[in-house]
Amino acid sequence: MPTITYLLADGTKTDIKVDVGANVMRTAIDADIPGIVAECGGAAMCATCHVYLEPETESVFTAISDVEEEMLECVADDRQPESRLSCQLNVPAGVDRITVRLPKTQS
Amino acid sequence: MKFQQQFESRSHSYPVPVEGVPSFDFDPYASEVLRDPYQYYEMLREAGPIVWLERYGVYAVARYDSVRNVLTDPETYCSSAGVGLTNFHTEEPWRQPSIILEVDPPEHTKTRAVFTRILSPRALKKLTSTFEAQAELMVDRMIEKGVCDGVKDLADAFPIKVFGDAVGVPAEGREHLLPYGDMVFNAFGPANDRFKECLANLGPATEWITKACQRENLTPNGFGAELYAAADAGDISHEDAGMLVRTTLSAGLDTTIFTMGNALVNLGRNPDQWALLRDDPTRARATIEEVLRFDSTFHSFYRTTTRETELEGVPLKKEQKVLVFIASANRDPRHWVEPDHFDVTRKATGNMGFGAGIHGCAGQMIARMEGEIALRTLASKVESIELLGEPVLHFNNTVRGYTSMPMRVTAKRH
Repeated sequence: MPTITYLLADGTKTDIKVDVGANVMRTAIDADIPGIVAECGGAAMCATCHVYLEPETESVFTAISDVEEEMLECVADDRQPESRLSCQLNVPAGVDRITVRLPKTQS
Repeated sequence: MKFQQQFESRSHSYPVPVEGVPSFDFDPYASEVLRDPYQYYEMLREAGPIVWLERYGVYAVARYDSVRNVLTDPETYCSSAGVGLTNFHTEEPWRQPSIILEVDPPEHTKTRAVFTRILSPRALKKLTSTFEAQAELMVDRMIEKGVCDGVKDLADAFPIKVFGDAVGVPAEGREHLLPYGDMVFNAFGPANDRFKECLANLGPATEWITKACQRENLTPNGFGAELYAAADAGDISHEDAGMLVRTTLSAGLDTTIFTMGNALVNLGRNPDQWALLRDDPTRARATIEEVLRFDSTFHSFYRTTTRETELEGVPLKKEQKVLVFIASANRDPRHWVEPDHFDVTRKATGNMGFGAGIHGCAGQMIARMEGEIALRTLASKVESIELLGEPVLHFNNTVRGYTSMPMRVTAKRH
């Protein structure tokens, strides 16, 4: 079973075991991880589920779509090359661990 | 999975409804249901994860998880057959299908991207101070009157002004937008008496809205003009741009009005919850979210199967309409703690009041913004709101809200 590691802005770290295909935003919401708001619930309209991918995780996911790109322009914390919207990230097969860092703010 | 084994051997000849699926003569569009739908939703939820509605020949889902599963699988449960009871693949729609609402990827993705840009949080920020100034004017007027109508003086007036301006339609004649929206949302249900009456009484609304959506009648900086600019850039056609202005207006006005009215009703009925908001107006955003969950504006719509599939263990044929009760999902005790309790301190995100998945409401951020600003302004200036008599409920096949709400407001003492 793959693991998603959430690195919170305050330095704490939470590991969650998930099934292949699990959504990084939804997993965080279901586990009540602070720092992911996801106001629009995954419709790619709100830009409040922003995460930064750790280097070893960056190549794992599908490319940024036009819609996600548009929303990444709206994130509250700094937009970085490793910025993604976690609602657009599903854990692919063949990956043991996904590590995402949460921004200081989502709004 | 309990129905699966039973039907595996004859998956191409199963009867509809599949044996063992709870079946009801229930009419979700009957007036007594629309008046207070939640007891009926509980009946549907408790009967099973999927039920059959005999009257319309459709399956229905009313639990949180099953609603989410359908809405987040657009490849299996499509929108291009229409999101109402009418199957556009096999029947004639009442109007030309919308290229954002009633369409599937990849066409949908192109149109959606245009809306994502025009209605993005960044774009909306520019409108904040204008919206706030307008809300202040309206709330001040309510306080001055003392006895006012929550719908006419705020829930109606505020979106008609600020959203109408934001889209850029002429100020004169905007009242025509409401019967048009009423028609659109009635049309997602059956062609019942309510639908027929609404269609017969549309009057000049369609003509007005068609004219208002033409490029030369729009202000130069509104969402309408931006849709035409997207057409200039080649993202959509010019004909589509006009249609999308119409969609923006019909989708974005009645709904926000009802949501704001529903907020006022529930705050009026729950003085303890009003007090929480009044004493901390920054709760306005969470309050609107809880209103969307507890008293959803949009109640139900449909998806249509693109292939033979299985939902909650029940085999479905291709072209099967599935009724999706989002308002029921928002009250499912399997997902929410004390779902029938209106609680503005609740974390209500994840409610499906705006739908979910790729067709989740494109205007949801501006809708939240309108609601938040109106409630925050009210909570900053008003001490108490008191409902005077029963608010007047509006009956529509799909959306629920009020047309009149006599109330007394008293100013905060500073």
